[in-house]
Amino acid sequence: MECVFGLVGDGFAVIAADTSAVNSILVHKSNEDKIMILDSHKLMGASGESGDRVQFTEYIQKNVHLYQFRNGIPLTTAAAANFTRGELATALRKNPYFVNILLAGYDKEIGPSLYYIDYIATLHKIQKGAFGYGSYFCLSMMDRHYHSGMSVEEAVDLIDKCIMEIRSRLVVAPPNFVIKIVDKDGAWEYAWRETIKDAGVAAA
Amino acid sequence: MARYDRAITVFSPDGHLFQVEYALEAVRKGNAAVGVRGTDTIVLGVEKKSTAKLQDSRTVRKIVNLDDHIALACAGLKADARVLINKARIECQSHRLTVEDPVTVEYITRYIAGLQQKYTQSGGVRPFGLSTLIVGFDPYTGVPSLYQTDPSGTFSAWKANATGRNSNSMREFLEKNYKETSGQETIKLAVRALLEVVESGGKNIEIAVMTKDKGLRQLEESEIDDIVAEIEAEKAAAEAAKKQPPKESTS
Repeated sequence: MECVFGLVGDGFAVIAADTSAVNSILVHKSNEDKIMILDSHKLMGASGESGDRVQFTEYIQKNVHLYQFRNGIPLTTAAAANFTRGELATALRKNPYFVNILLAGYDKEIGPSLYYIDYIATLHKIQKGAFGYGSYFCLSMMDRHYHSGMSVEEAVDLIDKCIMEIRSRLVVAPPNFVIKIVDKDGAWEYAWRETIKDAGVAAA
Repeated sequence: MARYDRAITVFSPDGHLFQVEYALEAVRKGNAAVGVRGTDTIVLGVEKKSTAKLQDSRTVRKIVNLDDHIALACAGLKADARVLINKARIECQSHRLTVEDPVTVEYITRYIAGLQQKYTQSGGVRPFGLSTLIVGFDPYTGVPSLYQTDPSGTFSAWKANATGRNSNSMREFLEKNYKETSGQETIKLAVRALLEVVESGGKNIEIAVMTKDKGLRQLEESEIDDIVAEIEAEKAAAEAAKKQPPKESTS
């Protein structure tokens, strides 16, 4: 039900995630932001057990910040990915975190990068990836349409194609998605794709 | 357990904790440090003892940030400072993790002071040999604060304070000349206080400025030289004005 997917483009990386918070048959909210901004140039999209997701991603974010204060320079994306994987691996045989993560970042000398980290501490550096039931559709769409060096417009178009597939082909498809991008200027929220808006506060 | 008696901070018959007082002596031998609180700017300044020719001065940072909105300068044993600063940085992030809020200046000061106090009441350890000046803006109200801690573990808030070598002279100067300032005036007040006890010039002074929007900024040597030049020009002008009484009063 939860989908997180992303890809690397020309000088940027993009991650999209659904924004539903679900407990068995109840949808708590449809605007839960699952893509955490780790630091100025890193994004961490996470899916899985909601308690673990929040706990783990916040823990990683604070430790990334601590590293920066201690050492005066930020972690590279690769270092952050390996640190994250290490934490998952250490907890795995005691009390594992059920969180799947796509970590996207931009480093000055290296450019954009995307890392696939699953809940049993698998780590892969990839160009495109996806988690969840939606991955069955996203990966096929990306295999067909992805090419290296896509522009932001092309990449978001591909993301929209994936979202369209998820909405039309997945039986319990999440209605809303959020898209975030990281490039040389930083990590930022690009857009939301909403079909259901949470009811606003009634006018007094 | 005769061996455990060494280096414990115990009371003397007349109620002193000599180890703590000796730690304060160590602080008095450390480099001069000054902090001044303005309305929208807080300035920390430290004396930079001449760096050895072969030493890379960038690795000797005396004013550090604990979080985006909190900075610290200290006088005394630098190695002790490293330990305290590390623990404080962890506490800043830990606080953010558990309560989803940045620390207030008072909270982190209380934490550091608490650590310093703990080491005056434990077996086999000695107190930390440093006093710290902690500055920052309250994350929600935006109110600037300056706090000082010392080896005994006491802390209090100040409008301006100095610690380390010749801190008494600097504090006297600040008491005479302090007024509510902002921006560049606050920086000049801090530099003027430091210049009372330190050789003039950008090589011997390190200044860092904390503002609400931009966080902590270390001033470049050239910027400090400019400020020092401005201050010396002002001093010279004041001297000249004193020597020649204004013509209006005599005629």
